[in-house]
Amino acid sequence: MKAINTMKLQFEGRSVNESFSRVAVAAFAAQLDPTMDELADIKTAVSEAVTNCIVHAYRQRIGIIYISAGIYPDNRIVIKIKDRGCGIADVKKAMEPLYTTAPQEERAGLGFAVMQSLMDRVKVLSKEGKGTTVILERRLMGKEA
Amino acid sequence: MGVQIDLADKLCIARIIGDIDHHSAKEMREEIDNAVTRSGAKELELDFREVTFMDSSGIGLVMGRYKLMQETGGKLHLVNIAGHLKKVMMLAGLDRLAILDKPERPARTANEEGGKQHESDQHDETAV
Ligand SMILES: Nc1ncnc2c1ncn2[C@@H]1O[C@H](COP(=O)(O)OP(=O)(O)O)[C@@H](O)[C@H]1O
Ligand SMILES: [Mg+2]
Repeated sequence: MKAINTMKLQFEGRSVNESFSRVAVAAFAAQLDPTMDELADIKTAVSEAVTNCIVHAYRQRIGIIYISAGIYPDNRIVIKIKDRGCGIADVKKAMEPLYTTAPQEERAGLGFAVMQSLMDRVKVLSKEGKGTTVILERRLMGKEA
Repeated sequence: MGVQIDLADKLCIARIIGDIDHHSAKEMREEIDNAVTRSGAKELELDFREVTFMDSSGIGLVMGRYKLMQETGGKLHLVNIAGHLKKVMMLAGLDRLAILDKPERPARTANEEGGKQHESDQHDETAV
């Protein structure tokens, strides 16, 4: 299926940009006429993925985070969040609830679990030393439903 | 954005204001912990009424404060959690960790989720 609208966003992985990025994606999703709950779900999932780029992928440095999103005719939004950071050695393990490599920073290890529970689909592509791409997909029922 | 602290006797009330994410959680955590340690409070109440957004960083914030209170033999209460916040908290099982109180008066968004009637009966249980 071909997207009927797309957008791209690129920004520095500074924690202050966590709110910027989730609000920007939510503003793009607004054209699907989502409910408040649906918008909150999208914001939360995006916030998890972007935070992971900042906290884990780039650790002690500021790297660039790339977001692209597309809207499809069946009211679906697909959001890709990409970093060129350290990558994940074992994606399956990383996605297990409560698994975290940064417990001392009060990370709950629930980022992926939150994404999975709020989105219809979560796909993670990662290569050690190269980076990670998280693809979030959600079909919005909108206010008509 | 931030935390408003109210101290009374052995009770510390922390009203959290704004978005809770990785960026804001650090400062909130420091403010709350400072107030608790300085006052020697035996009960900590986190009030979420004015929280506008929360991701799993908020779960980390609650779990960390739970541990802090446990270390001193104190108690943690969470109040005014409605709508989206509740969804994220339940997902993490925080209702089993801390005492999740019912909103003092029904918040407008509290019942919008639907289909989760069991929630309201679980709040008063203290576990772990
Ligand atoms: N973009 C990423 N780059 C590198 N590692 C990641 C990335 N995203 C997640 N991870 C790894 O997966 C683990 C689990 O992530 P998550 O479920 O969000 O929990 P948390 O962020 O609380 O640790 C992280 O601790 C980290 O080791
Ligand atoms: Mg995370």
